[in-house]
Order: sequence, then C-alpha cells, then structure tokens
Amino acid sequence: MATIPLLEIRNLTVEFATRRGAVQAVRSIDVSVAKGETVAIVGESGSGKSVTSYAVVRILDRAGRVAEGSISFSGVDLVAANETQMRDLRGREISMIFQNPRAALNPIRKVGRQIEDVLLQHVQATRATAREKAIEALTRVRIARPEERYDAYPFELSGGMCQRVVIALAIACQPQLLIADEPTTGLDVTTQKAVMDLIVELTRERGMSTILITHDLGLAAAYCDKVVVMEKGQVVETAAAGEIFRNPQHPYTRRLMQATPRIGMSLADLLTEPPKAEPAPKTAPQPPPAPTPSGAAPGEAAAGQPLLSVEALVKEYPRPATGAFLARLMGKAEPEKPAFRAVDGISFSIARGETLGLVGESGCGKSTTSMTITRLIDPSGGRIVFDGTDIGAIPARQFAASPQRRRIQMVFQDPTDSLNPRFTAERAIADPIMRMGALSGRDALRARCEDLARLVGLPVELIDRFPHQLSGGQKARVGIARAIALDPDLVILDEPTAALDVSVQAVVLNLLEELKGRLGMSYLFVSHDLNVVRLLCDRVIVMRSGAIVEQGTAEEVLGNPRAEYTRELLTAIPHPPM
Amino acid sequence: MLRMIGGRLMTTIPSVIGVIIVTFLLTRVLPGDTAAYFAGPAATPQAIAEIRSKLGLDRPLPVQFVSYVTALAKGDLGQSLTTGQSVTADLAARLPASAELTLAGLLLAMSVALPLGVLAAVKQGSWIDHLCRVVATAGVSLPVFFTGLLLVYVFYFLLGWSPAPLGRLDVFASEPPRVTGLFLIDSLLAGHFETFRAALAQLILPAVTLGIFSLAPITRMTRASMLAVLGADFVRTARASGLTQAKVIGTYAFRNAMLPVVTTLGMVFSFLLGANVLVEKVFAWPGVGSYAVEALIASDYAPIQGFVLTMAILYVVLNLLIDLLYGVIDPRVRLEG
Repeated sequence: MATIPLLEIRNLTVEFATRRGAVQAVRSIDVSVAKGETVAIVGESGSGKSVTSYAVVRILDRAGRVAEGSISFSGVDLVAANETQMRDLRGREISMIFQNPRAALNPIRKVGRQIEDVLLQHVQATRATAREKAIEALTRVRIARPEERYDAYPFELSGGMCQRVVIALAIACQPQLLIADEPTTGLDVTTQKAVMDLIVELTRERGMSTILITHDLGLAAAYCDKVVVMEKGQVVETAAAGEIFRNPQHPYTRRLMQATPRIGMSLADLLTEPPKAEPAPKTAPQPPPAPTPSGAAPGEAAAGQPLLSVEALVKEYPRPATGAFLARLMGKAEPEKPAFRAVDGISFSIARGETLGLVGESGCGKSTTSMTITRLIDPSGGRIVFDGTDIGAIPARQFAASPQRRRIQMVFQDPTDSLNPRFTAERAIADPIMRMGALSGRDALRARCEDLARLVGLPVELIDRFPHQLSGGQKARVGIARAIALDPDLVILDEPTAALDVSVQAVVLNLLEELKGRLGMSYLFVSHDLNVVRLLCDRVIVMRSGAIVEQGTAEEVLGNPRAEYTRELLTAIPHPPM
Repeated sequence: MLRMIGGRLMTTIPSVIGVIIVTFLLTRVLPGDTAAYFAGPAATPQAIAEIRSKLGLDRPLPVQFVSYVTALAKGDLGQSLTTGQSVTADLAARLPASAELTLAGLLLAMSVALPLGVLAAVKQGSWIDHLCRVVATAGVSLPVFFTGLLLVYVFYFLLGWSPAPLGRLDVFASEPPRVTGLFLIDSLLAGHFETFRAALAQLILPAVTLGIFSLAPITRMTRASMLAVLGADFVRTARASGLTQAKVIGTYAFRNAMLPVVTTLGMVFSFLLGANVLVEKVFAWPGVGSYAVEALIASDYAPIQGFVLTMAILYVVLNLLIDLLYGVIDPRVRLEG
C-alpha cells in the first residue's frame, strides 16, 4: 500500500519476567495496519496474539515489557510515549473490545455511567450532555430501548447485549483503530454474526481500521482484508484474506486450516498426518465386559430397542417468588407464577453405538436435558428409559448408588474446571473406579489407570502430574479417561472441545470417534458448533427454548434443513472460502 | 426493602431463642456458687442456704427458666448482685462506653488500613507494600495490654501529653446530657466543647490501642481484595479506555473490592465490642466487656445472661446492616434480597 500505515509494528519483542527468567511471548514481529483496513491476527492459545495487542495499547501486566522494536501509530512512537500521552490515545484513538464481555464491564456500575466515564475522560461530552451522548452511543450499537438500558447493570443483560455495550464503549470517542480481542468467543453463532456484522458496519462507516484477534479462521476469512498468522510468538505468514485460504504458504497455516471443521470433510481429514499408529493397541487390553446389573442384559437380547429413550421429558424451574418471607408466612402469598419450563416435553432416543448430536444456542435447554439424562438433576415429568429401566424414576440423589450410574458417564465442557486441582491425573481417572469399580489393590488400580491413559493417548509418564502441569488437550484426555473408566454404555459429551484450540480439538474428536468404536459406547454430543456436530454425529436434534425444532440424520438436518431456525443457525457460521 | 428487613429479622428469631436457652444453661453449669460467693467466706451453711432460697436458686431449673423468660418478656434482664443495679440499667450505662471506644478504634484503624491496603495492592512489591506487611504483623503480634500500657507509659507518664487513664472523663469534668450515650456526640450536641475535649483526650489512647490491633485484618483484606479486583477484566477495560489511574482505582476497583472488606469490618467490630476487656481494664474504661467478666467471676448470672443476649442481638442487627450495605454497594445482591 502506498499510504503510510496507521499502525506499524516493527521487530516487536515482548518479554515477561517469570521466576525462571525472562520469557519472550512475542518475538520480532512485524504487523502493519493501513487506514480503513481490517486485519486479522490468527493463532492458537499461546501464540502471542493478545500480548501483541496489549503491547500496542500498553496495558501489559506488570511483568511484561517491550524488550525491542517499535510501534508507531500515526507517527507517534507508542513505546516511547509517556503515560499521559498513552492515556489520551487509549479509548480516543485506539480502543479495544474484549473476550467475555460480561467480565469486561464493571459489574456494579450502570452501563450508561461506564460509557459516560469514557466520554468525560476524553472530553467528548460535558456533565450536562453526558447522559444524552451515552444513550446515543447505545443507540448506535442497536440496543433496543437505550434509555432503559442506560440504567442496567451488566448482570441484567445477555452476553450479546454486554458485547454491544463494550463496543459502544470502544467506539464512543470515534477512535481510528479498534482492536477486537476474540470479541465473539463464547457467544452463540447467531449472536456472533450480529456482533461481527455490527463491528464491521460501524468501522466501515467511520473509515476506522480494525484488528481482529481470533482463533477462528472462518471468522477471519469472512470479515477481514488481511490475515496475519502467528505461532509461538512469531508471525509465520501475512497475506490477503482470499490469498491465504487459497494458497497457504506456511505449514502451520496449512495445519490450522486443515484442523478447522468444514463442510464436506471427514473427521480424519482434520488431522494433518494420518492418525499415528496408536501406542495403545498392543498393550491396551479390551477391558472385560462390564458386569451387567441384574436382569437387563445389554447387547443381543435388547438389540432392537434403543439404548436410551426419552419420552416427553419436562424440566421446570420455579420462578423466584416475589412475595416476602413474611407475607408467605402469613399466608398472603401471591398466586403462584407458572414455573419456567427449561425443557418442554421433548422425546428422542439413542441407539446402541450411535452418536446423537444435541444442538442449540445458550438457554435452549440442551444442558438441562443432558444433566437430566446424566441424572444429576431430577426431571419434572416424562420418562428416561435406559436399557429397559426408567432411570428418571430414581431420584438424582440416590442415582449415585444405583448400578446404572456406572453405565452413564459424562465428559464436561471445561477440561480444567472439571478436574480437581489437587488430584493427580491418575487419582482423577481412578476416582470413579474407587467409588464404583470392582478393582481392589493399589497395583491393579494403577495398572488400570495406565491402560486407560494409553487408551486415550495420554503419555503414561504424565499421569502423576497435577492438572496445572498438563496442557488443555492432555486435561481433556484425562476427563475422557475418567468418563470411560467404568466402561459406560452411554457417554454424555457436553461441549468437550469448546475450550480447546482447533488442532487439539481435531485430535480429541478423532480420539472420541475411535474410542466409541472400540468400546462400543453411544454418545450424546451436546454442542453449539454445527461443524463439529456434522463430523461426529449420526443423528442431530436441534433445540430451541426447551423444544425440539428438528431432528434427523446429520446429513438431512445440516445438509437440507427443514426448520427456519436450523437454516438461520447454519447461515450464521462463518466459512473460510474454500 | 422494609419487607426484606422484616423477613431477615424473622429468620433471626430462632437463633435468639437458641442464645437465650444456651446462655441460661451455660451459666448454670459453670462452676461456682452464687450464694456461697455472696454469703462471704465466713458464712454458715444455713446462711448460704437462706441466701440461695432468697435468690430462687434452690428451685428446679425449668422453674427458674420460666421465671427468667417471663421477666425477659417484660424487658427485665434481672438484677445484678454485684452492682445492685438492674442489668438493663447497667448495660444501658456501659454499652455506649464500649460502643464509643470500639467505633473510635475502628474508624482510626480504617482511616489508616484502607489507604494502606489500597496503596500496597496498587504498588505491589514496593516499600509501601512491605510497610503494610510490617504494620499488619506488628499490629496482631503485640497484645493490646502491652500496646496499651506502652502508650500510657509514653504519653501519660513520660510526656504527660494525655490525661490519666481513668475512664471516660477526668474527675473534674461532668458528663454531658445524655442523648446517644456517646460522650463525644452528646457534648457536641449540648455545645459543651470543654467536655468534648476532655472526653476526646481520654478516648485517644484506648482507641489507638484498639485501632492498632484491628489494623491487621482490615489492611490485609483490603490488599488481597484490591489485588483480585485489579486483575479483573473490567479494570483492564477501564485502562484500555484511557480512564485516569485515580478513576480506575477509586471508582472501578475500590468499590468492587469493598465487599469482603465490609464483611471483615463487621466481624472486627462485633468482636471488639465484647472482647476488648483488656483495653477496658488498662484504661479503667467502664465498658460491657469488663462488666461481664466481673459478673462471671462472681457467678452473677443475670448480668452474664443479659450481656450475651445483648451481644447476640447486636450481632444480628449488625449483620443486617452489613447486608443492607452490601445491597448499596452491589446491585446484584439487591436482586436476591
């Protein structure tokens, strides 16, 4: 580009002081952003993409510092600028949008006041006009009823709404450069689309430049002019968005693209190399068939019947009572409000060896459904028939003691949060065996844990480590090993890869598929990522506000959706152009 | 709001009933015989028995309990045998003294601890952070009777700056007309500045002693809570929006960090109110703590029961106030209330 770039990062190195000496989070990178340009910085966790942006705005942690290089923003040297100059630039010339919008807003200050703070700081409004201007800013990001929302606290708003407020905050002073750091991670696809469209529209309108930091190649491709790919603190490739997807140069870029689930590919396609000859098969013994509880023998006898059938399942939550304790005590209670129906009479079944995908946006009732089936909460109505037994009739409290407990297990969403930080990987895997398993003796337990570790591809030497000493992918494997430790028949996977990088996700998805075949399990796969569901699931259920909108084979539902809502979901997914 | 307060008060009724029963039983199982104590060392067994029946202590426990509760329902906490006054009158006279001392100590502690904790968190690892640690450690490791005596020795005995540590007012001053029972406030209300000065002079040393002791928990809690909040995402947003350091720390971080600090303040206050016996003893302060201890030594039941019950009720009220304060600070709490 002939013009001088608005932002020019040259040879930037950012160091963090740690107990083990300085660590370079970003190493000699060059990035430039022209006026009006939208640049994506793409990379997996730890690639240094966020650190780069923090260095630009100079909000690095105390331990971090720019060790080398220069950052110039319309002629101003941001590395050398003093704090007062920086403060004037932040929010007025360069502003940021963050991941996790609800946490990014002050929880105890009205959102309108937070926008006012920024306006007043940068002298864009006076005390008298601040309120009006803040409402104007809210209107600009299409918040309905902005006058009312001015007085709302972040906890009263949805995630998408909070992100709109953060955007309002960021563009309130009409900055020249907007840095969006994973602005839509954790938001639903339709919300993501709405938020991204809004950002792009607002920035185009004002001729602003944008840096979009993301791990999602699809998002980068759909919304950006230029893509910068980062790996381990270095820029490995910079190219125009169309170009990079058509003709990726660097092996890492290719790997990243390969690992991104897309239409018309199989699970194995996600992996760059064909799945390695697993270290497991030789030694991993096929665990003995699960000792089946009395009566209902799984397998041939009941082959015709589904493993699990859910009939007219209802889960209601009472609405918070508005009447005070005193009023209730005196019998002056107001008429009961109808309870909130999180799950509204849904029916479906899962066959043996089948993977059923449960798809929907947040609040649609998919988690409530999966928790009810896992028997962690009690249904309000309907039947949950598992292998001939109505397990819905067993209270959740007593289900832990039921022989059926070991046959239904769960893999949770966040691999970190779902592991006890004080348990080693071995202890975590051994936990269900110690409670429910027939194994006795330290050595037998250890041997079983090692087998399970091999089975899930976790290096055996790592099983004495604690969760914080393991990577995200390794923790996910521990979670899976724990779920399959008792040879369950049904495993409920609650967004098991949502917190993982795409390359790790690719490996974990393949592992899950392989384990299912090997151990003869059925999966209920809960997810909001339709591309992942397409790859892993045989059949799909789409849920919306507690009810099933559509169900059928994955091909039918995702290839040729009948329901309007499913179509809406599908079109909201950003696709890399390929 | 009023409904919530009402609801909260209702839920505390069972615990107050529990306190009544437990204190009644506890005072009865304590070793020591009230009748023998009052009859004196030379009394004959008959004399002791006579006193016992006069006090009603020879009746079965349930009967004693019923008469205690009946009196309580009329607001009568009984008669103190040591002072000869009704317990209600004694407590009414002494509680303001304790409250004034504790409040003054706490305010002093807060005025030092809050800024110190905030500064220590903002400039983590600097000299002020180390100072904060030293102050906090010193505050808890020095026993109050030691700091109290040291202060008296230096400021009264050596320097002569402060008056003799003999209660709330020196002998020449007269008590201000009673409104709140807090001398500082009452004297101001009445316009007796001389009395105000005298009361303040008496109050400073014991309040400082208490303040030094309660510095530690408040400083540490403020620092820890500020550190947590300063690492929060919304503080980063505020910084990235170019807000000044003062705005970020004052408006954004500090208010959010206040919640655990307020809880600590409540705990420290209720603890000090009843437990600063040592300070009261050193400064001859006529507070409730020393009153209860003296009654306990004399196996004088009524004052002990009255003291514990009053403390329990104060505790309930204090907790309610803290919860209301929570609601003022944090809108999320209001919703649940």
